[in-house]
Amino acid sequence: MPMQKPSFVYVSYIHTTPEKLWAALTQPEFTRKYWFDCGIESDWKVGSPVRFRRDGELAMDQVLLECTPPRRLAYTWSMCGDAEAKSERPSRVTFELEPVGDQAGASAPVVKLTVTHDDFPAGSVVFPRISQGWPVVLSNLKTLLESGQPMVTTWESCAATTKDEAVVAA
Amino acid sequence: MNAVFKALADESRRKLLDELHRDNGQTLTRLCGLLDMTRQAVTKHLAVLEAANLVTTVRCGREKLHYLNPVPLQEIYDRWIGKYERPRLSALGDLKKDLESENLTKTKTNH
Repeated sequence: MPMQKPSFVYVSYIHTTPEKLWAALTQPEFTRKYWFDCGIESDWKVGSPVRFRRDGELAMDQVLLECTPPRRLAYTWSMCGDAEAKSERPSRVTFELEPVGDQAGASAPVVKLTVTHDDFPAGSVVFPRISQGWPVVLSNLKTLLESGQPMVTTWESCAATTKDEAVVAA
Repeated sequence: MNAVFKALADESRRKLLDELHRDNGQTLTRLCGLLDMTRQAVTKHLAVLEAANLVTTVRCGREKLHYLNPVPLQEIYDRWIGKYERPRLSALGDLKKDLESENLTKTKTNH
């Protein structure tokens, strides 16, 4: 139970098992398919780095805070972007996986995934930037696990207002 | 998805989502103070929204906080809006917002 009021709480019910969902959260071949081409890497020991790489380049560098497979995962959250975002103290993201039993007519058991993002410093510049991203990532993750097919999403297709994308679309 | 559309097909429930969108993580008491509804009615509406997974609750100390959960809305968006339509829709949305706020300013100055 968080003592501080969380900034975001996202919930998705996914037809899968906790083990498969855990693999999808912690294996780079999975995360690349639904997380804007980012592959996650860590030795999954508390205190170790959790790194996201896109095309071999380091996109995010976090620290593992909690790891209880296949139930609970938490790491710090900081952005690589500009100097202002980089200098900000990291926030924290927590994933909780909870089996909710077999549902009538469902082809697979259902897992409730709760993603909580909290511990932002006051006046955070990172906070408004990430609020758009989580629902996209979680919706993609659900589609991937339930259908085996990821949505066609790259970081560029999510950042819908960029000029390049408008040119591609035209 | 039925539960989501059913939950959204009510103005009071949309108003509750608007309030949570404006300020996420509110208590029942706070939400009751913002809306012209009995505590019982707000509780009932929140239960429908929670069943549709549009609202999720978190216990924080002694308080139960309500959060807008936009994940089911993202799923609807992903289902019917294609990758290459997004920039155009976003541009149209911005245009509508700009023009309507301009109208509003004009009306205000005319008065």
